[in-house]
Amino acid sequence: MKMKSLVAAACMALAGTAALADGHGGKLKVGMITTLSGGGAGLGIDVRDGFLLAAKGSDMLDIVIEDDQQKPDIAVQLADKMIQSEKVDVLTGIIWSNLAMAVVPSATAQGKFYLSPNAGPSALAGQGCSPLYFNVAWQNDAFYEAGGLWANDNDIEKVFLMAPNYPAGIDGMTGFKRTFEGEIVNEVYTKLGQTDYAAEIAQIRASDADTVYFFLPGGMGISFMKQWAGSGVDKNVMGPAFSFDQGILGAIGEAALGVKNTAHWAKDLDVPGNAEFVQAFQDEYGRLPSLYAAQGYDTALLLMSAMGKADVNDQDAFQAALKEADFQSVRGDFAFADNHHPIQDIYMREVVKEGDVVTNKIIGVAASDHSDVYGAECKM
Amino acid sequence: MTPILLIEQVLNGLQSGITLFLMAAGLTLIFGVMGLINLAHGSLYMVGAFAAAAVAGWTGSFVLALGAALAAAAAAGMIIEMVVIRRLYDRDHLDQVLATFALILIFSEGTRWVFGSFPLYLDVPAALSGPVTLPGGILYPSYRLLIIVIGLLIALGLFQLIARTRIGIQIRAGESDREMIAALGVDISRLYTIVFALGAALAGLAGALVGAIQSVQVGMGEPVLILAFVVIVIGGIGSIKGALVGALLVGLTDTLGGVLLPLLFGLFMDPSSATTIGSALASMSIYILMALVLLFRPTGLYGGA
Repeated sequence: MKMKSLVAAACMALAGTAALADGHGGKLKVGMITTLSGGGAGLGIDVRDGFLLAAKGSDMLDIVIEDDQQKPDIAVQLADKMIQSEKVDVLTGIIWSNLAMAVVPSATAQGKFYLSPNAGPSALAGQGCSPLYFNVAWQNDAFYEAGGLWANDNDIEKVFLMAPNYPAGIDGMTGFKRTFEGEIVNEVYTKLGQTDYAAEIAQIRASDADTVYFFLPGGMGISFMKQWAGSGVDKNVMGPAFSFDQGILGAIGEAALGVKNTAHWAKDLDVPGNAEFVQAFQDEYGRLPSLYAAQGYDTALLLMSAMGKADVNDQDAFQAALKEADFQSVRGDFAFADNHHPIQDIYMREVVKEGDVVTNKIIGVAASDHSDVYGAECKM
Repeated sequence: MTPILLIEQVLNGLQSGITLFLMAAGLTLIFGVMGLINLAHGSLYMVGAFAAAAVAGWTGSFVLALGAALAAAAAAGMIIEMVVIRRLYDRDHLDQVLATFALILIFSEGTRWVFGSFPLYLDVPAALSGPVTLPGGILYPSYRLLIIVIGLLIALGLFQLIARTRIGIQIRAGESDREMIAALGVDISRLYTIVFALGAALAGLAGALVGAIQSVQVGMGEPVLILAFVVIVIGGIGSIKGALVGALLVGLTDTLGGVLLPLLFGLFMDPSSATTIGSALASMSIYILMALVLLFRPTGLYGGA
């Protein structure tokens, strides 16, 4: 035992000197900027934990993690620090589109790879695309477009739309309207951060819609669902998975049962490696993984798969290796379109109760091999 | 817009006003009596909600949870008054803002440290979970009616406390002349601790009541705090009556503005831009209200000179 650790220490020392000689010596330095404090911390923590779980037991990655506090200015400072003084090779971790817009263009302009484990603003998928930017999660519109397609196939005719009045909310509803062929009865845009939805629920009750489709991330969605359950209104509820993910369902409880939501992943998705991922995540952190954790996990797997094929200092080769996406995603089939955004299946999930736990279960495919509409504007 | 929908929205406005009142009452007392700007009031609201969620999780009793919220917020209020706030009374407002802002950060990260980063579960008791039918066939969530009733009872209790009791007399005296009542032998530091704990307990109760229909999460208090400041500025700083009237005005303006403005613009615009402009204007409506009140009554509706 002692001998072994001595050998290991010697190897590490050797590796250390090698690293001094040629930059990183087979190791790759990753800078993770994510949200670890404030109201949105649950998402960042899941991305981080998923990423670390995949990297665990491998010494290929040297990971630096910093908290952006969900503030664009801090994210920009952290990115500068990581690029200039930490000399990272790859950046990742950002949760929010506005932060991604502040960091990604300048990071790629400075020759750093950026792998997005969550945000997918349309600007970075279209005209602002970059050979060094890879989105491992989704383009922002994906879940909504899939929601619209599913609604067409499932006799949903009259929909009441609701989202916060900010770019991601309006984009989301635009995505739904892009594919949905039925009638939009009403569209309501609420204040960002609003927590009382009594007025909107009364409007929904008075409307003749058969379904409410909403995007209310984080605490807004929790508030809405609890109040919805108390109101006794009987209409279908649908949305993207962001309002019904594992971290949130625990707080909504049974009020969310029966809600349909679109996502590229669920813990019961039957693809190789997923069950093992769910089990390993639970063993490691004592809670069920969310889709953010799955995205973090896939991001690390993608990165390590590319490292096996090319050196990060050879940018063209490394970029080609990333583009191949030669890893077993916990989402099943996964490929990159030419704009480096995912081509993947989007599923419809339903909130169910398994024992004491409220969670999601897949009930069908909403869109197969879905990719975004912005790729045509991407020239690279 | 049917009359039933309108009445329902008025009830919603009342309910949101009442919860704001619970926050604003403590804030205005603390500001009025001690001259202290307490930004950490929202943290006490959060403490109440988290205490309620934790106790409801352990015992399953909503009444115990409300009790725990009152106790935890009052205790937290007492502790920060004695440890931190007491040192700030003689400082200027900028120092108070700085110190109580630090308290927000400490409370938020402390809560995350204890309870984790994910929102907690707190639901309304099963007996109150559905809607009730009011006269005229209005379906209204029974829990929201309960909030209106509890809030009105507390408002009544506070008026009695301020108007009829010895401590109320001391509070009113403290508002008008701090040095004089100290000279008359009232233990001013004990009075301050009591007022602060009372304000904190009200904030904690509001947090627990609202937490059951909203989200119990770190940082939940700050958006409410901003509205509570708007309320006390409209009502007049230090006035409980002003806090009640201000809270109801803000609650009604906010709710009815959000519903009626998009409809109003819909009369002469196409639906999608009416929604956008209406929603944008609705978010501004309470600040416009505040500006109008201040224009005609610079010290607020019930503020002293």
